[in-house]
Amino acid sequence: MSSKLNSRIPEGPISEKWTKHKGTIPLVSPANKRRIDIIVVGTGLAGSSAAASLAELGYNVKAFCFQDSPRRAHSIAAQGGINAAKNYQNDGDSVFRLFYDTVKGGDYRSREANVHRLAEVSASIIDQCVAQGVPFARDYGGLLDNRSFGGVQVSRTFYAKGQTGQQLLLGAYSALERQVAKGRVKMYARHEMVDLVVVDGKARGIIARNLVTGELERHSAHAVIIASGGYGNVFYLSTNAMGSNVTAAWKAHKKGAFFANPCFTQIHPTCIPVSGESQSKLTLMSESLRNDGRIWVPANLEDAKAIREGRLKPTDLPEEKRDYYLERRYPAFGNLVPRDVASRAAKERCDAGYGVNKTGEAVYLDFSAAIMRYGKEQANLKGMANASDAEIRAMGTKVVESKYGNLFQMYEKITDENPYVTPMKIYPAVHYTMGGLWVDYNLMSTVPGLFVAGEANFSDHGANRLGASALMQGLADGYFVLPYTVGTFLADDIRTGSISTDLPEFAEAEAAAKARLEGFLAANGSTPVEVFHRRLGKIVWDKIGMARSESGLKTAIEEIRALREEFYRDVKVLGGMYEMNPELDKANRVADFMELAELMALDALTRNESCGGHFREEYQTEDGEALRQDEEFAFVSAWEFTDNDPGKATLHKEDLVFENVKLVTRSYK
Amino acid sequence: MASQRGLFGTSLARKYWMALTGLFLITFLVVHLLGNLAIVFGTGEDFNAYAAFMTSFPPIKIVSYLLYASIVLHAADGIALARQNKAARPVNYGSYNGAANAGWASRNMALLGIFTLLFILVHMKSFWYEMHFGELGLDANGNKDLFTLTTAAFEQVWYTAFYVIAMLALGFHLWHGFQSAFQTMGWTHPTYTPIVQFVGRAFAVVVCGAFALIPLYVLISPNV
Amino acid sequence: MNLTLKVWRQKNAQDSGSFATYQVSDISPDMSFLEMMDVLNEQLISKGTEPVVFDHDCREGICGMCSMFINGEAHGPDRGVTTCQLHMRKFKDGDTITVEPWRAKAFPVVRDLMVDRSAFDRIIQAGGYVSVNTMGNLPDANATPIEKHDADAAFDAATCIGCGACVATCKNASAMLFVSAKVSQFALLPQGQVEAADRVRNMVHQMDLEGFGNCTNTGACEVECPKGISIENIARMNREYLKASLTA
Ligand SMILES: Cc1cc2nc3c(=O)[nH]c(=O)nc-3n(C[C@H](O)[C@H](O)[C@H](O)COP(=O)(O)OP(=O)(O)OC[C@H]3O[C@@H](n4cnc5c(N)ncnc54)[C@H](O)[C@@H]3O)c2cc1C
Ligand code: HEM
Ligand code: HEM
Ligand code: SF4
Ligand code: F3S
Ligand code: FES
Repeated sequence: MSSKLNSRIPEGPISEKWTKHKGTIPLVSPANKRRIDIIVVGTGLAGSSAAASLAELGYNVKAFCFQDSPRRAHSIAAQGGINAAKNYQNDGDSVFRLFYDTVKGGDYRSREANVHRLAEVSASIIDQCVAQGVPFARDYGGLLDNRSFGGVQVSRTFYAKGQTGQQLLLGAYSALERQVAKGRVKMYARHEMVDLVVVDGKARGIIARNLVTGELERHSAHAVIIASGGYGNVFYLSTNAMGSNVTAAWKAHKKGAFFANPCFTQIHPTCIPVSGESQSKLTLMSESLRNDGRIWVPANLEDAKAIREGRLKPTDLPEEKRDYYLERRYPAFGNLVPRDVASRAAKERCDAGYGVNKTGEAVYLDFSAAIMRYGKEQANLKGMANASDAEIRAMGTKVVESKYGNLFQMYEKITDENPYVTPMKIYPAVHYTMGGLWVDYNLMSTVPGLFVAGEANFSDHGANRLGASALMQGLADGYFVLPYTVGTFLADDIRTGSISTDLPEFAEAEAAAKARLEGFLAANGSTPVEVFHRRLGKIVWDKIGMARSESGLKTAIEEIRALREEFYRDVKVLGGMYEMNPELDKANRVADFMELAELMALDALTRNESCGGHFREEYQTEDGEALRQDEEFAFVSAWEFTDNDPGKATLHKEDLVFENVKLVTRSYK
Repeated sequence: MASQRGLFGTSLARKYWMALTGLFLITFLVVHLLGNLAIVFGTGEDFNAYAAFMTSFPPIKIVSYLLYASIVLHAADGIALARQNKAARPVNYGSYNGAANAGWASRNMALLGIFTLLFILVHMKSFWYEMHFGELGLDANGNKDLFTLTTAAFEQVWYTAFYVIAMLALGFHLWHGFQSAFQTMGWTHPTYTPIVQFVGRAFAVVVCGAFALIPLYVLISPNV
Repeated sequence: MNLTLKVWRQKNAQDSGSFATYQVSDISPDMSFLEMMDVLNEQLISKGTEPVVFDHDCREGICGMCSMFINGEAHGPDRGVTTCQLHMRKFKDGDTITVEPWRAKAFPVVRDLMVDRSAFDRIIQAGGYVSVNTMGNLPDANATPIEKHDADAAFDAATCIGCGACVATCKNASAMLFVSAKVSQFALLPQGQVEAADRVRNMVHQMDLEGFGNCTNTGACEVECPKGISIENIARMNREYLKASLTA
């Protein structure tokens, strides 16, 4: 283990670590809390819940987001659900099983202690949200309903139709606004963090750009929490929101925070395929659809070709000419295998020529079987013994509509096709990033006083995240972990007094940020930012995407470096510095993506194994499954920014010790 | 803008008063119409007797004061709300397709209301003022001869035309207003609201139609 | 498709602003409206004109950022969608499309098509929450069963994305649909009961202070709302407010 990494995992049996640790964290008295300022960057599930909870405890909180309101953070878009070990279905779920599933799902590349804590607090999250008035789905008895997600064999996912993230975020946002009203939180919307300020080795503030006036502002605090979400937009096309960016995390990285496992990115199997050149983003179709949808491609190449050319309709293809490849390859889990497995299987079929849309990059997600199944159920319930097929289909369609109506509508709006009649076309797309800033058990990065929560940290999901676990992690971090663990750092700060923004470190950081932004304006080149972003995305998707190879990664590094050089020379940003200027903001974000991309390639190149979302073509079994190398690679890669060059980062390893879960080859067969 | 939190001054409170006064005016319309039908179906004396009763019977007098207050309150609140509504959008749209999402009557309530107010003023000057303060002859029963006054007025084509147009305006006002009052008071229900809506529209057509027919009848019919 | 766009340009809140006319060509019917605006912007940048500023983020109809008044309608001619979900197949080759910002005193223009909707946040601050602190020992989530019909109705109200299309559409620039959706969500749930009276009074009070107009029950908001929030919620809020005022 690198000497620079101390994961601070408490001693003792895994199920007691958190309780004991909580009990020993030094407390800050209410009177002293009032003298302590905390900055929270980001108002997604992690940021909002942290800001609200810390303010309730009495800290002075300043919260930042780049959207016009904290309610619009990208967490709002999460569809499917949130996991919790409630065992309401009495199907054998438990804290241990959730812990186990998450470690296994993450392909044994996450830290046991953190994951166990996540599973422990998961049940409280649901209680908290219900108390806040989050309208989860309920059954006719008035109790909470659950659904299943990929990679597990119990039903532990709580949901609110296809809008779970929205409902959870609005709950956290309400809690946040309640504190804003009390004056405990000062909210800075339309503000973007452009640098971290480190004083005497501690994180003591940020430089933020007021996006409306363009002014650079200095904000000081005793601790800084980054909850700025994931970096999926490095791929240009992803299911992330347009504004999602790595800038806050990346700037922290450049100021000393190690970046962990950047190559662990998740490709989600069920997204709407790319339709054209000018496409700006991809839309997810919730994983929950795999509860009822069956994935297939034609079994014969000629049929696939005929379908692509529009000569054959999928509904006309008889059962025996279809290949339900997930059910064929993974009979135990079928369509509910984890995301990485499902995505790769789709790519494998399409690469082999079985794709079903014009570009050849789509497979079917078919609900006709589910519609008929539910229809028959309804017919039985209603005592309609002789119901016709059409009647059954109509009743089944109703059931499917009640479960997934908004997703089906979304699909139809985008594609102009009716998914109740024709099977949906789907294809994998970038969705989530397991990598992120390295944090210890207290969620503190390698910069003292800098905490990282939510998707922005690397903490809980290893090499692959299970569905419905990101919402759980974001809220766990914000509601139930940070409010305690910040005390480990802040207890020493009660006598510090407020931090002055006149310190030279603030002036320097502000000057550097100003120079950087002015640099984009001064480049006076000929190519819009968007074009560079698109080109970067193509490199990253092709070479650091679903399948990676040594030669591809090496080329990627060269291409990224060349593109970066061209970007600084030729980018064209109009307008001025001191005004609302989204192009300038975008240039600043894309510049950071370009550096991150190189680190991703470097990380992928160093990790000579396949695990979770990281698939190295050189490391696979004969039937194309990922081949982990536990002997050599059971560690977290934590990269230190060195030599002022992302390509020259220094690797530190945090060895992963598994005491409660046995490492086995993940099998979903 | 409004700043209290109770039953006066706030946007919602103002609307309750609009709705309650509006509904009260609606009940008045029913009674008033029944009385006025005497012009068509009864004799002049019947009508005069009815009018005399309405102006002298004490409980009804109280109700009339309530009526005047309602008209004033309804009009004043309506105009105040409409002014706030205008102020709430200081810069207008270059292109605004109101017809795409709302009925015409609902979008023109203030205009229709103000026209109705104009009608009421003219109408009360012609009849109510004359009845109370004017020099009216007496009929065979010794009641003030409002009947002659009324029929004479309606013999004038422009006067009748004004009435018919005014009833059209009132009709549209009620087409939306009737059910709107229920929505404002929060008296909605999945099964009953559609009925209220239907009754409201029927009311608007039948009652305002009947009001419009009275002057037309007088104008056209040779024997009154 | 080739289109003529009449787009509102306004440098900042102080500027008075005006329409500018642009041409775009080769627009595919599969593009979303915002992707069409991206094409316009790339074209403007290459000509050295500052691109049109507009709010957007998720581009899948859930964050509520995007906010364009298109051809006289909030979020354009399609129903049940936000601007980012509006597709160009709803327009014809050769069309002229007018694009404006939301217009309301309570939503001042920030720049071009972008407006300031912080009034909505302040309304939520006035009471759009249940006062419960973060606690690890709350009653179990299943301790209070909630009738499915109520739970579903609360959910329907809670799906409001705070986009402001209701205000933009309403001829009175009234925020009743937005406010009533939040009031309804909590009025329908047992968790919301304790503070129900104060909540509705304070939220309505703040709504008035922000300078929104009054509802004349035209129902336009419900038609244009991308989430199909029903004006039944407005009736419910009217009821709640009356009850609160009578019992206060
Ligand atoms: C389409 C989609 C569906 C999903 N569905 C599910 C699901 O069903 N279940 C599940 O568990 N997970 C799901 N996920 C994943 C999950 O939604 C996210 O991982 C999670 O919401 C991230 O929350 P967060 O709080 O970390 O960050 P975010 O919600 O991304 O919030 C980031 C915040 O940081 C702010 N910010 C960012 N950069 C800056 C900056 N430089 N300066 C200031 N502020 C900044 C933003 O304004 C925002 O407020 C889904 C993800 C996507 C994309
Ligand atoms: C005196 C002149 C009048 C004016 C200026 C006026 C104006 C208005 C206005 C501006 C509204 C608001 C629209 C709305 O909230 O829906 C309204 C509503 C209404 N008006 Fe009038 N009106 C007048 C006369 C009348 C009359 C004579 C009646 C009935 C006989 C009437 C019945 C109603 C009703 C029922 C409503 C609906 C109230 C509600 O929505 O809550 N109004 N009026
Ligand atoms: C066309 C048909 C109508 C006729 C023939 C008619 C006739 C009259 C007469 C004769 C009076 C005086 C009687 C009195 O002072 O008691 C009167 C009063 C009045 N009318 Fe009408 N009216 C008609 C329509 C209307 C309508 C449509 C309205 C309402 C919008 C209206 C509102 C009033 C009011 C408010 C008074 C004063 C009532 C009072 O003092 O109690 N009338 N009307
Ligand atoms: S009620 Fe509808 S239109 Fe209004 S803000 Fe909410 S979602 Fe938008
Ligand atoms: S459009 Fe406006 S008038 Fe009322 S019903 Fe909706 S707020
Ligand atoms: S961009 Fe999020 S709703 Fe349109």
